[in-house]
Amino acid sequence: MIKIKGGRLFDPKNGIDEEGDIYIVDGKVRKEGAAEIEIDAAGLYVFPGFVDLHAHLREPGREDEETIETGSRAAVKGGFTSVCAMPNTEPPVDNQGVARFVKEKGEKAGYARIFPIGTITKGRKGEEISEFGDLIEGGCVGVSDDGDCVRKSDIIRRALEYAKMFNIPVIEHPEDTYLSEGGQINEGRISTILGMGGIPSISESIIVARDIEIANFVGGWIHLTHISVKDSLEKIIEGRKKQRGKITCDVTAHHLVLTEDKVKEFNSNFKMKPPLRSEEDRRALVWGLRNGVIDAIITDHAPHAFFEKELEFDLAPFGVVGLETAFSSLYTYLVEKGELELATLVMYLSSSPALLFSLPYGEIRDGGIADLVLVDLKGEWEVREDTLASKSKNSPYLGEKLRGVVVCTIVDGRIVYREGEWRRRNEGISS
Amino acid sequence: MDNGGRSLNRKDLLGIEELSREEIELILEQAEGMKEILERPVRKVPALQGFTIANLFFEPSTRTLNSFLLAERRLSADTVNVSASSSSVLKGETLLDTAKNIEAMKVDMVVLRHSCPGAPHFLAKRIDASVINAGDGSHEHPTQALLDLLTIKEKFGKIDGLKVLIVGDIMHSRVARSDILGLRKMGAWVRVCGPPTLIPLWIDELGVEVEYNLDRAMRDVDIIYVLRIQKERQKKGLFPSIREYVKYFCITPERLRQAKEGVVIMHPGPMNRGVEISPEVADGPWSVILDQVTNGVAIRMAIIYLLARRRR
Repeated sequence: MIKIKGGRLFDPKNGIDEEGDIYIVDGKVRKEGAAEIEIDAAGLYVFPGFVDLHAHLREPGREDEETIETGSRAAVKGGFTSVCAMPNTEPPVDNQGVARFVKEKGEKAGYARIFPIGTITKGRKGEEISEFGDLIEGGCVGVSDDGDCVRKSDIIRRALEYAKMFNIPVIEHPEDTYLSEGGQINEGRISTILGMGGIPSISESIIVARDIEIANFVGGWIHLTHISVKDSLEKIIEGRKKQRGKITCDVTAHHLVLTEDKVKEFNSNFKMKPPLRSEEDRRALVWGLRNGVIDAIITDHAPHAFFEKELEFDLAPFGVVGLETAFSSLYTYLVEKGELELATLVMYLSSSPALLFSLPYGEIRDGGIADLVLVDLKGEWEVREDTLASKSKNSPYLGEKLRGVVVCTIVDGRIVYREGEWRRRNEGISS
Repeated sequence: MDNGGRSLNRKDLLGIEELSREEIELILEQAEGMKEILERPVRKVPALQGFTIANLFFEPSTRTLNSFLLAERRLSADTVNVSASSSSVLKGETLLDTAKNIEAMKVDMVVLRHSCPGAPHFLAKRIDASVINAGDGSHEHPTQALLDLLTIKEKFGKIDGLKVLIVGDIMHSRVARSDILGLRKMGAWVRVCGPPTLIPLWIDELGVEVEYNLDRAMRDVDIIYVLRIQKERQKKGLFPSIREYVKYFCITPERLRQAKEGVVIMHPGPMNRGVEISPEVADGPWSVILDQVTNGVAIRMAIIYLLARRRR
């Protein structure tokens, strides 16, 4: 049993913002109880554990970049108690065997809860839909060919239809590759100055529009991931008015903070897909979050080996790590600067994504599952290679000092991370 | 060539974007001094004896490489050339490894030509040797822009206030980007012309005017700068045919009748005669194309000298 003493309990979903004590008994949050372990949370915020709907943990296949173990250690250091693992591994998660492998690895690691996402199509080839039912039985909570868009309109249609009988999200990476091919960064002012291949905003918004049309036509659930441009938001707002299909979306933490101007230094830690967009787009995304258009903030944590990123910009792979910096970067750049309220940030990192994917976490209530994170908002940490727990260090914030330090993370009532030390749930303190 | 001990206060020359107007003026002035050396019976000075320069060319180039080589030899520098295709990365050795190996052989300066924008910037941050950008993808080609500015200054006695038209594939041209930046910094006014598929939608961010009709575009300009059209672009569907390109954009004597008296024609080479420029124009009285080539050696001598002087 744990007592969290004197923290500021903060749960936007249940309208909680008060100082007080809570207890954890048998993995559940309780108002009262006895304490074997006491955590002094004076000066700390107690949030519901964060839920990331979109991270790349690279296992199986690229264990040199990240493993489920190292990725889930990074997750809890960043305050994430649940992580959905994207299926673009090698082999991909297109069958129950691989899904079970990911799920079991996550449980064996014993830090964050790991939920596999299965592929939409076999081999991620975009030709034949995967066995969704079998994937769900293997622990998958959604399907996605993320990294690639489902190019063929009839295939995404079949996926949206077939998924209806399971009520799972079909997660689309919206990118018309005919329009984005050869592109390195956002097509606009900076790509013009740098002479780099551009990825136009329409390469995203066209697929967003297509998928919304199809979802509304068949009455299916499309989840549009890592939305990055203003036009996509407009399509989503319009598409929802029809109320036929279910249209949901998320945005990455880095698209809410950074813009294309960062690319001018040719630092490949600012190279990702979708690319960093204009300030106008970034503002629109923040607006979308504040006004309930966007359902969740994701990390799109994408570890890459140093030797692969340490190349000419055009040759470096797309993607940046984000599990450890998502909260602090958003807190430092948006909340402290008055662009976003703390309650909005916490909601879209916890209860909103949890509800969306039907995960029973993301809130603090009597009897609720004790997935919690204790954060020192005044604390500061420097993002350095040696302060990142992820196996890969390709962070756009390297060398920066961010405020908002995760002090302690609790999953299922067990302390899995506390001030730089990790402990597996399955060998943690009994409660 | 003595300039009173002035030097460029920078380690590298990566692009026109980072240069101030004063720095550009210093380079042009130094190049005029270098031209005087090139007129001498013995066209060589001992200025850079014991100084070693590596020319790393990851893209095929005859003109720029030879221009650099001559400039280096006129200054008595020792040189080493590495030519490789950019695909050598796929064979295992990265650009950074190649450069570090060269640097381990005690090289003072690297001249880099590469197909990726920012490759010289990437290298400059990671090696101690000075880096000169000899063309990075479609990004910049600063030595070309500087030799163009020198040619214009010689011809008109000034750059400020001139009107310049750049014609052709603006989208993929590092020459266009560097020239636009350089001309704007020196007070010239720039218009671009070409098929819309070869002009970036955001080009006005660089402070230029866009006109798709060549006859209208050339009417009031002092200089027409003709870009090389790469035939591969047609294969990628960026314009329908060479034939139609010629019809709308080839600079011919007939077209030039609509231009100002005394209009000057420039081209970075190598030319596709009969495609972007007719032979009569290339060889005619308008052309300063060969002056550009001569000035290329002088400008590169000036840049190498000014950067080397700071190192010493």
